[in-house]
Amino acid sequence: MTPFIQHLGVAVPLLRDNIDTDTIIPSREMRTVSRSGLADGLFAPWRYTDADSRRLNNAFVLNAVQFAGASILLAGNNFGCGSSREHAVWALMESGFRVVIAPSFATIFRNNALRNGLLTVELDNPLILRILDWVQEDPQRHRVGVDLEQCVLTCDTALAPIPFVIAPPARLMLLKGLDEIGLTERSLNSIAAFEANDRKRRPWVWLGSA
Amino acid sequence: MAKTLFDKLWQEHEVETLSERESLLYIDRIFLHERTGSVALNSLLERGRQVRQREHAFCTMDHIVDTLPGRGDETLMPSGKDFIIATRSAAQETGISLFDIQDPDQGIVHVISPELGIALPGLSLVCPDSHTCTLGGLGALAWGVGSTEAEHALATSTLRVTRPGTMQVMYEGLLSSGVTAKDLMLYTIRELSVAGGAGYAIEFAGQVVEALPVEARLTLCNMTTELSAFTGLIAPDKAVVEYCSGRQFAPSGASWTQACEHWQSLKTDRGARFDCNRTLSIDGLKPQLSWGTSPQHCIDWDDRVPFSGEAASEADAGAWQRIQEYMGVTGGSRLSDYPIDAAFIGSCTNSRLSDLELAADYLRRTGHRVARNVKALCVPGSGRVKREAESQGLHEIFQSAGFEWREPGCSMCFFAGGENFGNRARVASTTNRNFEGRQGVGSRTHLASPLTVVASACAGHLTADTTL
Repeated sequence: MTPFIQHLGVAVPLLRDNIDTDTIIPSREMRTVSRSGLADGLFAPWRYTDADSRRLNNAFVLNAVQFAGASILLAGNNFGCGSSREHAVWALMESGFRVVIAPSFATIFRNNALRNGLLTVELDNPLILRILDWVQEDPQRHRVGVDLEQCVLTCDTALAPIPFVIAPPARLMLLKGLDEIGLTERSLNSIAAFEANDRKRRPWVWLGSA
Repeated sequence: MAKTLFDKLWQEHEVETLSERESLLYIDRIFLHERTGSVALNSLLERGRQVRQREHAFCTMDHIVDTLPGRGDETLMPSGKDFIIATRSAAQETGISLFDIQDPDQGIVHVISPELGIALPGLSLVCPDSHTCTLGGLGALAWGVGSTEAEHALATSTLRVTRPGTMQVMYEGLLSSGVTAKDLMLYTIRELSVAGGAGYAIEFAGQVVEALPVEARLTLCNMTTELSAFTGLIAPDKAVVEYCSGRQFAPSGASWTQACEHWQSLKTDRGARFDCNRTLSIDGLKPQLSWGTSPQHCIDWDDRVPFSGEAASEADAGAWQRIQEYMGVTGGSRLSDYPIDAAFIGSCTNSRLSDLELAADYLRRTGHRVARNVKALCVPGSGRVKREAESQGLHEIFQSAGFEWREPGCSMCFFAGGENFGNRARVASTTNRNFEGRQGVGSRTHLASPLTVVASACAGHLTADTTL
């Protein structure tokens, strides 16, 4: 996994609540057995007036020229609810997003994001609106800084850095770009011990010759 | 100390405590499907890892496979065949059990896992599918994960999990005749909101829950993910034990006795505290219908659609206006004013035998037929459900009333690029999500129980009036 330490980028607002993963990447846009080839389908229902011909919806914020190259998404409550499809995270990352800032996230989406190096930052709505006010003055110049080591967002020098909270294990995983399976493989001894004990404690759980 | 059911299940599966809120949990069963499971299996193989407990890992074909009679590897969804073939080949290579397209037990993952005894009370079970919480209806600790976490579970038989809080939803009152577990859940989501369960494992309780047949409990827990909860749970009781008895992968003999003894302990102790308690009074609850594009946009079926100005905030009012435009409904109208284009009975929420029996009983009782211009589908959740329904002659009732009778699968619960009901089609649907475009471009999904859907199919417009 690509480590996440610091990032500076254009932020784009999509402040609707409950944006679901079907909207982030519709099922019909998941065309191959793979984690890639998804960028074109990102927000397809909103981004195109006609998804088949890929005619752009000029009214959609991600198509606006002032937000071109955005890598930070400012979103509403409960972002990423609905289907567990990790494709939502893959589609965002393939489209260049490294950070999503929202008042809250759906759990599965947040877990998926963490395991792919997409940083999710939980921030109260008024703070998000304050960032947005500053960004909108000139999105291409007013880039938002994200520092995971210090756990702060930086906007204008006139604006104090905004601290955010992230669970320590998640922070460490992102900073080091850790492979979680590799991490758990260090616990193989305790897993084996659990299993040996469990076969006696709950024999009814164990199937076949396992 | 008195413990909740969730506390007990968590503790039983704890391999290591990783930090204050995170534990390494043992995963007893892993279920995959060809949509997201194929990616997990491929990735596992690419990295040269193996499935740690392959007897505990299962896979089915449900999401992409066609549901038309005579189906095979070819799918209406472009490139669907690639998913099917990749899944089959990865399942073979890893040695896990696959319920392939022609397998008599093939079906929707959350329908076949309880019916085969793969999901059992007290087991931990994950699947890269958000509706895995369905199995909480048996008293299993089951939740949805992404493909990367599924790969982790396959490789290590564990997951690193942040412990959610505990919530109890206590219902007061009982359901009237014709009001189902689906209505109960839609009402719960309407009251708690789609973010109302965020960060919690929810235990459903109350006399009404105890009285629910097991299949209805699965329906109730199925939509816990629509509350954004970690999972849903119902304490297993005698009805669940009877349900599990004799199932293919359920224990037998001495193991069965041990399991039953253990399951008796799976309930919240008297005096145990939840982090959050909600009480919902359900006396006089009416059938629910959704009017918008979120499962929380539900009303009593005969109530009027809210005006956008009635929304809690100005921002919500703007959102409601946009949503009502998308749905083609107006504030102040009644949903019975709206003709439907299609009716869908199926999905992991409502495709079990009891759902089909309920709808078929309506058709038999009233002698009604599907209205002209309505495309109506009944898609059994599994091969087993289909066989049992056919042995009762239900397929003939559905077909002679004008329903299509399909092969098992997720079908048109979502639009994967193959079949759909057409642009802007208004659908009465027993599914779980009414998101924009979920059932096709511009689709207008109205979530409801099988009884409401069959009544709407026959009336040609949305209705829960079953006395016609």
